Amino acid sequence: MPQDVATASPAPGYLYYRHRLPVRVMHWINVVALTIMFMSGLQIFNAHSRLYWGKSSYDGKPPVLTIAARPDAKGGLKGYTDILGREFDTTGVLGATQGADGRWTRTAFPGWITIPGTKWLSMARSWHFFFAWIFVLNGLAFVLYSIFSRHLARDLAPTSADLKGIGVSIRDHLRFRHPAGEAAKRYNVLQKLAYLVVIFVLLPLVILMGLAMSPWLNSLFPGWVDFFGGRQAARTIHFIAAWTLVGFVLIHVFEVVITGLWNNMRSMVTGRYRVTPEAAHE
Amino acid sequence: MSDGIVPRRRFLARAAATASALVLSGCDRLSRTEWFPRVLDLAENWNHRAAQAVTPRKAMAQEFAESDRSPSFRSNGTADPGTDEYHAMAANGFADFRLAVAGLVGQPKFFTVAELRALPGRAQITRHDCVEGWSAIAKWKGVQLSAILDAVKPAAGARYVMFYCADPMEADGTDFYYESIDMDDAYHPQTILAYEMNDAALPVANGAPLRLRVERQLGYKHAKYVTAIALVDGFGNIAGGKGGYWEDNGYQWYAGI
Repeated sequence: MPQDVATASPAPGYLYYRHRLPVRVMHWINVVALTIMFMSGLQIFNAHSRLYWGKSSYDGKPPVLTIAARPDAKGGLKGYTDILGREFDTTGVLGATQGADGRWTRTAFPGWITIPGTKWLSMARSWHFFFAWIFVLNGLAFVLYSIFSRHLARDLAPTSADLKGIGVSIRDHLRFRHPAGEAAKRYNVLQKLAYLVVIFVLLPLVILMGLAMSPWLNSLFPGWVDFFGGRQAARTIHFIAAWTLVGFVLIHVFEVVITGLWNNMRSMVTGRYRVTPEAAHE
Repeated sequence: MSDGIVPRRRFLARAAATASALVLSGCDRLSRTEWFPRVLDLAENWNHRAAQAVTPRKAMAQEFAESDRSPSFRSNGTADPGTDEYHAMAANGFADFRLAVAGLVGQPKFFTVAELRALPGRAQITRHDCVEGWSAIAKWKGVQLSAILDAVKPAAGARYVMFYCADPMEADGTDFYYESIDMDDAYHPQTILAYEMNDAALPVANGAPLRLRVERQLGYKHAKYVTAIALVDGFGNIAGGKGGYWEDNGYQWYAGI
């Protein structure tokens, strides 16, 4: 990861104001809210660690996902994960985890990834629904800001030149070669598309599927939830969309690290990104 | 590449692990304070108001086809109240059962199951959504709560309907289940006291002889084994003061989400 070294050492070049204050603030609010939503969501999932496809959980069909535990021959616990009828041994990670005292507990997702860290559905719901408001209001503010400040049109919308270069960009990403120097002042095409999919597809989907689980909001237009396959399908989509967001975050953070952790972090905290002559990166 | 990279990476990994452990234990510590859960639970009111703002008062919960019904309807929580008094009532088919309706009403009354069956009723195939996350679909038939209220003439000050149940939540036979709903839900056409499930008398495991159905809310609002109803102007001085057994244990009173 040569760029990491290059940008961390005292480098020539100049500081470019890359991210404006509202974007930076909303980005970090989103980090906190989404993290809490995700971890409290896993604690809520733990209260019934099965997912189904359909209107109800009990329609004669087996769950599409089960994370559970059964006693093993030695008197301990075997954790297993069953996806579409294929079972995997996930002892220690999913289904059954061992505490610091050596005791095994039945828990779908382990305590180190849930809020609260112990079985506590009501508290997890309290966290989830409070931060849902922060997350949704922050997201709405971001979308409105992006439209009216032209952040969306100027920085996020791919140009036709961007789209023509998509093949090259994919190849470059796979080789971990990233735009540097002057080109790093703008988002590249894959970055733009990833952000747009997250902002306008994944996040709205995860919110909508959350609302689809509300029995009260089900009465809004009778049957609207069935458009997505039913309430239990909505719960499954909510879960998959949440993990897809985690996948995005992992790739996002990976890209942040390999394209210059400190420089990127500074630009998302202070707004300023050091632009160095491109030659230094090759 | 410099020699500093590997230690730095190890340092970062350790810093990240430490930070996440701190955040997690911080979250758990916050959960155990007095004040923080109260801040979090402000959202209950926002959820309730937002839901009321976007849905008409009498918006109907979805009703399903016969073929959508679950092969067997799951019994959750109490499957048998287990008291001698309840067993005696169940033994002769609840012939001696009387539903008491009192509180802020003009005419307190007792109803037998037969009398309730004679009042305006409703049959509905609805989905039961448990707070744990699962759903099951069944057909319910029962007396509309509005018909019971009409018979007892609610006083002007009545704001909530309390439901008192025959099932003790503690092993020593104390701490009976109870629930409450507001007058909007009480007069909702789908709010019934069900005496039948799937075209048969309501089974003991599902709340015989009467269970509340309040279709736009989660399962714990649907009190089973209802033996008494009281109209009140508030529930702050009843049991734990939160309006229901699970509410007293940290769950939201507004269970529409």
